[in-house]
Amino acid sequence: MSQNEIAIIGAGMTQWGKWGKNFAEYGVAAAREALADAGVPWQDVRFVSGGATVRCGYPGYVAGATIAQALGWQGAEVNTSYAACASGSQALAAARTKILAGHCDVALVVGADTTPKGFLAPAKGYRPEDPDWVRFYLGITNPTYFALYARRRMDLYGDTPEDFAAVKVKNAAIGSQNPRARYTKTFSAEDVANSAMVADPLRLMDICATSDGGAALIVSSVDYAKRIGKGDAPRVAAISTVTPSFASGTVEMPDIATDSAAAAGVEAINYRSQIPLKAYEEAGLGPEDIDLAEVYDLSTALELDWIEDLKLCERGEAARLLRAGDTAVGGRIPVNASGGLACFGEAVPAQAIAQVCELTWQLRGEAGPRQVEGARVGITANQGLFGHGSSVIVKR
Amino acid sequence: MNDKTPVAAIDGWYTLDTEAPALLGSRCDKCGTYFFPKQFTYCRNPHCDSTDFTEVQLSRRGTLWSYTNACYQPPEPFVAPDPFEPYAIAAVHLEEEQMVILGQVADALTVEDLKVGMPMELVLDVLHPDPEGDKLTWKWRPAGAAA
Repeated sequence: MSQNEIAIIGAGMTQWGKWGKNFAEYGVAAAREALADAGVPWQDVRFVSGGATVRCGYPGYVAGATIAQALGWQGAEVNTSYAACASGSQALAAARTKILAGHCDVALVVGADTTPKGFLAPAKGYRPEDPDWVRFYLGITNPTYFALYARRRMDLYGDTPEDFAAVKVKNAAIGSQNPRARYTKTFSAEDVANSAMVADPLRLMDICATSDGGAALIVSSVDYAKRIGKGDAPRVAAISTVTPSFASGTVEMPDIATDSAAAAGVEAINYRSQIPLKAYEEAGLGPEDIDLAEVYDLSTALELDWIEDLKLCERGEAARLLRAGDTAVGGRIPVNASGGLACFGEAVPAQAIAQVCELTWQLRGEAGPRQVEGARVGITANQGLFGHGSSVIVKR
Repeated sequence: MNDKTPVAAIDGWYTLDTEAPALLGSRCDKCGTYFFPKQFTYCRNPHCDSTDFTEVQLSRRGTLWSYTNACYQPPEPFVAPDPFEPYAIAAVHLEEEQMVILGQVADALTVEDLKVGMPMELVLDVLHPDPEGDKLTWKWRPAGAAA
């Protein structure tokens, strides 16, 4: 498999927050940190791959070029990927393709965002052809979907609101040790239970915020990494960006209805499970090889879904792992050792890259008080709008 | 409320039959896949390349797949009463169509009134008042519940 791998020779990330600055500022700060970490001069980067966002109908930032210009034009090739929450992974995949095809040795992968306050709202007017417009008009927001899934967990597996709160307590505890996290306060189960109900059964503290932030990776061919004395750098072993399969039985944001399975039947494997499956296959690894996972906890309950989708336990068993402490740092299979979206909030085009940054630091043994002892293999997972999702496996 | 005739909040998505309203979807003439919202140009079943569809009324009854509520006022284009009133939301599975459709829950019912698996039926209700006539939408409610 190693001929398909690239090396992660540098990682950089701003602190997440809400400052409303231009996104390029965050992107540049993250890129400069990643360059310094790699010890590679900016002029040696021959491909700049940016993750972009197109938020609810307002035009996206041309991320690759904007950040490349901000760092100073130096004639590198440039790419911008838009794939909702998977934008960063697609930007990474574009860089990997360039490197493995021999078109360049070193690439910068970067994503950054600045987000409006409150709900992400669609463009105005009467636009029934836009599913985002339809659902907001009918009163269906992002937390609606997370809550529908959470209720299903309660109904099918016997999960409780206390289990969901325990995810927040766990992630806040470890995230308080992460200087790049936006929220570094620890919380008790009681704090979560006392926060306002947003979408029953989910409370304010069960749902992630939107944030500003930037994350960057310097990736290279394995040969280049060896030449500069970084032959043991963490490797990207797999990137999966597969689509769902028809007919999906799960109602997905921003749709008002699922596919009809009347003719095709419901898909054999649900979409979230399908994403890591391809990553495992590509890496030649299985769930038993995973030392830690960074998953998209848009809600506390969703972290439990992901644990099962990654096959880290049987379907319906994630809450049992949580209760046993298995998914905390120090447990059998730590999940969201960074603190996750619970502590960061979502900065869409940066988030998938930020997940890989965390794995990079963990696999280098540089995660300080968050360190997962002996971590050799990590996996990321995320899913967003319009059939976009991704999973990346990093190994050392 | 006003004396003007109520109109559909979204044109052509449902009948305005006050007794037995139905969502208007489409069905692929070749493979039988249903679509809501309506789809007339291409079939999204990967095993079907049909371009022929017929408009159909979807089942008015189904079972509750999941449910939640909205405790905070959504942003525009949602038109909120002042003060904002929380409402419940249902995801209802239709047997014939093999699909799940979302919608608000009617009759000011709350999550306490709902349980996964319960039979549900479609009704028409006011989404928001409008000077040109109240805007009607589909909502779900437990089947057989009093209006």
